[in-house]
Amino acid sequence: MIPVIQFSNVSKTFGGVRALINIDFEVMPGEVHCLAGENGCGKSTLIKIISGVYDPDPGATLTLMGQEYETLSPAQARRVGVGVIWQDHALFPEMSVAENIAIEGFVSSKSKLVRHKKIKDVAQKVCERLGVSFELDALVKTLPIAQRQLIAICRALVSDVRIVFMDEPTASLTQSETKHLLDVVRTLTAENVAVVFVSHRLTEVLEIANRVTVLRDGQKVGVYDASEMTLAKLTEKMTGLTINPAVVDQDLSKNETVLEVKQISRAGEYEDISFSIAQGEVVGITGLLGAGRTELALSLFGMTRPEQGQIYLHGKEVEFKSNLDAISSGVAYVSEDRLSLGLIQDQSIENNLALTVLDKALAFGSLLSFKKKRTIVDHWIEELGVKSGNTSDAISTLSGGNQQKVAIAKWLATNPKLLILDAPTVGVDVGAREGIFEIVRDLAGKGLSILLISDEVSEVYFNSNRVLHMSSGCIQKEYVPARCDISELEDAIYGKAI
Amino acid sequence: MEKLFKTHPIEAWLLIIIVATSAVLSVASTQYLTLVNAFDLLNSISINVIFAVGLLVVLISGGIDISFAVAASVVQYVAFYVLSYLGGGNWFIGFIVAGGLGIVLGAINAGLIHYFRIISIVVTIATFNIFFGLLMFLTRGVYLYDLPDWWTNRIIVFEHEMANGTWAELTLPAVVMFGAILATWLLITYSSIGRQIYAFGDNPEGARRIGINIVAVQFIAYGWMGMMAGIAGLMQAHFVQEIVPNALIGRELDVLAAVVLGGATLGGGRGTVLGCVLGVLLMAIIQNGLNLLGVTPFAFKAIVGVIILLAITLSNVSFVELRAHLRMQKGQ
Repeated sequence: MIPVIQFSNVSKTFGGVRALINIDFEVMPGEVHCLAGENGCGKSTLIKIISGVYDPDPGATLTLMGQEYETLSPAQARRVGVGVIWQDHALFPEMSVAENIAIEGFVSSKSKLVRHKKIKDVAQKVCERLGVSFELDALVKTLPIAQRQLIAICRALVSDVRIVFMDEPTASLTQSETKHLLDVVRTLTAENVAVVFVSHRLTEVLEIANRVTVLRDGQKVGVYDASEMTLAKLTEKMTGLTINPAVVDQDLSKNETVLEVKQISRAGEYEDISFSIAQGEVVGITGLLGAGRTELALSLFGMTRPEQGQIYLHGKEVEFKSNLDAISSGVAYVSEDRLSLGLIQDQSIENNLALTVLDKALAFGSLLSFKKKRTIVDHWIEELGVKSGNTSDAISTLSGGNQQKVAIAKWLATNPKLLILDAPTVGVDVGAREGIFEIVRDLAGKGLSILLISDEVSEVYFNSNRVLHMSSGCIQKEYVPARCDISELEDAIYGKAI
Repeated sequence: MEKLFKTHPIEAWLLIIIVATSAVLSVASTQYLTLVNAFDLLNSISINVIFAVGLLVVLISGGIDISFAVAASVVQYVAFYVLSYLGGGNWFIGFIVAGGLGIVLGAINAGLIHYFRIISIVVTIATFNIFFGLLMFLTRGVYLYDLPDWWTNRIIVFEHEMANGTWAELTLPAVVMFGAILATWLLITYSSIGRQIYAFGDNPEGARRIGINIVAVQFIAYGWMGMMAGIAGLMQAHFVQEIVPNALIGRELDVLAAVVLGGATLGGGRGTVLGCVLGVLLMAIIQNGLNLLGVTPFAFKAIVGVIILLAITLSNVSFVELRAHLRMQKGQ
């Protein structure tokens, strides 16, 4: 049996940064292969090379179905039967479901015309094959995220695929949807199609995969039979660290309550939310994508207003008209989308950090004192251990982890009472993550109240005093990590699937 | 109608507003609802519609073009000299030359946008200035009156004598307009590249990943715009029987406003030929009506500005949500 894919010596360099270093990768027909690794390990880059989006650095050999290539174009890759389901789905929201499913067919077809009836037939056929149904004329933008996921899968399967890549396919799915997806995967392998799963949900990986290739920092750690792997072993391979995490075991409910939220609702975003955070306490919120976590955070930060319910800070009811009110009341929010919302990439580290506290760096009335600004900046750079050359360098020169520290420092400089951290480790290297959580624990130790939002269950589990599970806009249940197992929380979120 | 509302709310609203405005105008002015006026309206909007369907394709692709109106003036001048070189020419050669020159100018925009990775608004503002500056410099601003006869003779394609002895006439530009509408509709609805233009405008990164030919998308979009601009230039010279270098300047913003009113967005991926035509039509009806009512033309621009703001604001608000919101506030 010849491998569907056999790559050797694949490297990829982006402007001096080596995203992939001499990777060998092989997938056999009909196998479920898992590509595992932490964020930023090079998984996505490898998929983009296989699907022809990126060209590898010279010296690589790409063998697909026994045929050798030096580089691949997306159309070539598709012709030999490579299908990809991207993590962000790469769908066209303003176009119909049918067109989204059939688009690859008519892009690569020689025909200059499209026949809308044929497009619908193609879409209908693949939907039937997967046992799903859609209103084919609906625009994709009107559909919920789980349906978009299925549309992306349908699209990948329209052509005659030999190998399908699924990039984090279950990240936004509920239990039954995940189950359905795994059924689809089994259908495919029964047809001798290879499926490559890219996931960091390890339990799922071990259940479904035959083999696991682990990447770390752009390098291949090894290929393992899934049956020989355990959760702990795999984690160790992926992170390179023997992590022996301990939960936060400290009951702070006797401390003064800093934030109290009573039955706040906002239509379509979150509903009937009540919880409180004591001084020095870290409360985690986790749940699937689209559970309403960020929407809730935005209301606490005054960006949107709850339609019902009350928010109390230090026992006093507050009603934020805008986030300016929230900031002056001592709420800080480190946004989930650091790249586009949290930091101004082309500006210097110094300017980014001092942005929230320019009024503290004034001299002679309302002119900015560079000296005062520098003092504030130097203080926080040292306090949080940001590794930077010169604070006048652009922030884009820093690594993800250090950028995140600057984003946090920027808000700490406002001297908040409540810090909201939304997905603080997205795009941050594994090694640097621990550094961020050290800061979190340190800040909590100094009496700051922290709301930690993340879809990485382990992050909130190991760093919070209490964890709230949110789904469909509601808080389902509260968990105290010191008194429950992480699997209990994971089961509640993902369901006991597989 | 209900189905149209669901799938194409903007077009449905424009239709309703056009019908309502027409009803008001026909009560206010007896001249409004006549075949003569209707044909006059069609003749007069034809050039803007030809521009508009071209611009629509560029907007769908996620770009914008500011340079098309002066490009049309450039085409008029160059076509004039090329046609005299060819011994006068005729309509057939005229269309080929004007369309071809337009495509070349559009391709310049596309090339700059694609190969130098400059955003379209910057490129087309620059080419707007280059085209216009060169035109004024090289022609020294002279008007051309000695156009060939075939170019300036009025062609009436359909006429009908009214009871009062006046003639309702449909002229060549109106017919060319229908051709442009039909061709653009076919392009963006039934051609593979047309659907790829939608896809690229909607999600450029997604389009790249599924292997859409981005060079082709850009060149076809701006080339189509250029071709329509060339044809519109040909028609405008035919209409006014002379070529004036600054005759079309300023038209780009009127057309852009009409196309956006018709539901296309600057973000790309959205817009229909129907909406685009209705947008131009509504603007023309309002102008026509204000003229018939004897309102000063100076008020026109201000009124158009207000309409655009209202339309864009309303299209950002879902009516269902708005109603629910109002109801809830009342309830409290």
